[in-house]
Amino acid sequence: MAVATNSAGRTVDLREPSGWRRTKNQIMTVLMWTSFVIILVPLGFVLVKVISAGAGAISWQFLTNSTIPPNVAAPGTDGMGAAVLGTLEITGFAALIAIPLGVLGAVYINEYGGRGVLGKLVSFMSDVMTGVPSIVMGLFIYTIWVLHFGYSGMAGSFALACLMLPIVIRSSYEMLRLVPDSLRQGSYALGATKSRVTLTVVLPAAVGGIVSGALLAVARAAGETAPLLFTILTVEQTNSNLFSGANTALSTQIFANATSPYVGAEARAWGAALTLIAIAFILMIAARIVTARFTRYSR
Amino acid sequence: MSALTKADPATPAGSASALAHRRPLGDRGFQILTLAAGLLVLVILVLIAVTTAQQSTAWFSTAGLKGIFSTDWDPTTNHYGAMAFLYGTVISSVIALVISVPISVGVALLLTEVVPRRWSNPIVYVIDLLAVVPSVVWGLWGILVLVPWLNGVYRDIASGLNGVPVLGTLFGGPNTSGASFFTAGLILAVMITPIVTSLSREVIATVPAIDKEGAYALGATRWEMIRGAVWPHSQGGVVGSVLVGLGRAMGETIAAALVIGDSAEITGHLFYSGYSIPAVIANQFGEATGGAFRAGLIGLGLFLFVLTIIVNLVARGIVERSARRARGA
Repeated sequence: MAVATNSAGRTVDLREPSGWRRTKNQIMTVLMWTSFVIILVPLGFVLVKVISAGAGAISWQFLTNSTIPPNVAAPGTDGMGAAVLGTLEITGFAALIAIPLGVLGAVYINEYGGRGVLGKLVSFMSDVMTGVPSIVMGLFIYTIWVLHFGYSGMAGSFALACLMLPIVIRSSYEMLRLVPDSLRQGSYALGATKSRVTLTVVLPAAVGGIVSGALLAVARAAGETAPLLFTILTVEQTNSNLFSGANTALSTQIFANATSPYVGAEARAWGAALTLIAIAFILMIAARIVTARFTRYSR
Repeated sequence: MSALTKADPATPAGSASALAHRRPLGDRGFQILTLAAGLLVLVILVLIAVTTAQQSTAWFSTAGLKGIFSTDWDPTTNHYGAMAFLYGTVISSVIALVISVPISVGVALLLTEVVPRRWSNPIVYVIDLLAVVPSVVWGLWGILVLVPWLNGVYRDIASGLNGVPVLGTLFGGPNTSGASFFTAGLILAVMITPIVTSLSREVIATVPAIDKEGAYALGATRWEMIRGAVWPHSQGGVVGSVLVGLGRAMGETIAAALVIGDSAEITGHLFYSGYSIPAVIANQFGEATGGAFRAGLIGLGLFLFVLTIIVNLVARGIVERSARRARGA
């Protein structure tokens, strides 16, 4: 019964309001659901197209061969092995640079400088830095590194690391904030120094969230093209030496092939796109698993 | 006296300063290490401005202030005007916002106010998927699938609207192209939706439950509750997240470079080919061999950097201010 009796003994109608107000409420609810469906449309189209066009191109040979065929070559078994290796190396090294620095930066904001002017400034500017376009990071590394030391995979890693750094800082900071103060106070009471408390109590308590945030940052960086364009100078040969010589990556290869009129180049681009999406999804799912299993404090 | 008033009840008077003197070297070292990592953010931001400014001096000396603010970009005749690219960047980003903002806010409201908590997880998952599809894949799909299809659609719309006063100028022909301002706006809209959704969702989630319950208690429908309790509270924060989305759209490179049509023109026709700042940098940097050409492209990058920094500073400022007001300060 949607009818209640109040203290004065009069019945009060608790049913949904009727007429135009109710209709309007329903229209708006439908519109909210529609906006979600609209999001599904492009995502569905892209995933279906990438999987259907890419699955045919991918084979073991495609993922591991050392020379990317010229654009005119017909679709075949040879493919993007050099680019797969390049993407993994460059992104991996970028993660190696950005994750420790980002976590340390977050520790500074949350544990040391949080209430001071400098701490607030660093926190605010790392927020702003997440909005710096990726192509600007590419130009930055070009002007500060490539002009002096030449193209290399490492230069690409630097550019990706610049992109990841603020993201890692933000996500780690959010996680450190959730660690209850009682843990810190308990450790201080036992006589531990601040660094010891941070390293052995606070960081382990937040490690699940930090790792998951870092994995998401790596997933985003792995797909980035713009920062690599001017730093690795996309080539066709495998270059396993990350520290010198031009290199290649899946994203820049797709960009190069996308405007090519040849069927073979197109097929290889779809194959590379599927590989790239698979790498990003695996990292994302790993982040989900870490979140689900290893986070102690969450919002 | 002062020592007494300062003393913390948890620590006996005087002990704090005695401990501070015995602080081990490693402890100090770790603090300095974290400080250095934090300062790195500021150092990188300053270095970006300094190095790109240094490398683009040739642009300023060749083109001059008047040349930079012209619309003429023709490297073969040494004309390096940035305005056509700025126009394309702004137009495509605005189109992206017009499409993306209602959808993003709709989904954010859906997640916070409509679906129960256990159903919201799959929706968040879909939005995360959208965010993790690389920009180059959107571009590849855009140029190989979307552009050929839109080619015909635009032509039909244009022929239907030719001669209609305002709509004819915006969407009319005859030079429509599948790769255009509007196509770039569509792809950018898809790409900024995840960030705008998740930021506005965070803002909307901070609305106190007591406000919402109050609205319901007065007999409001859900929509009336959203209008009366949620919206006034989260307005500022949503505007901030929209601005963050604008910054993302302006800086998005690869997808725009593939679908915007690569033609440095200023026109009110949204279905015509255009160009944007990041797109021209990505497309022409390889051919730019030294001199004013390369300096001009790096200068465009600096221009873009300053533009997005301003947008983001304003956005974060708004979000922070509205968050402070929400806490009741």
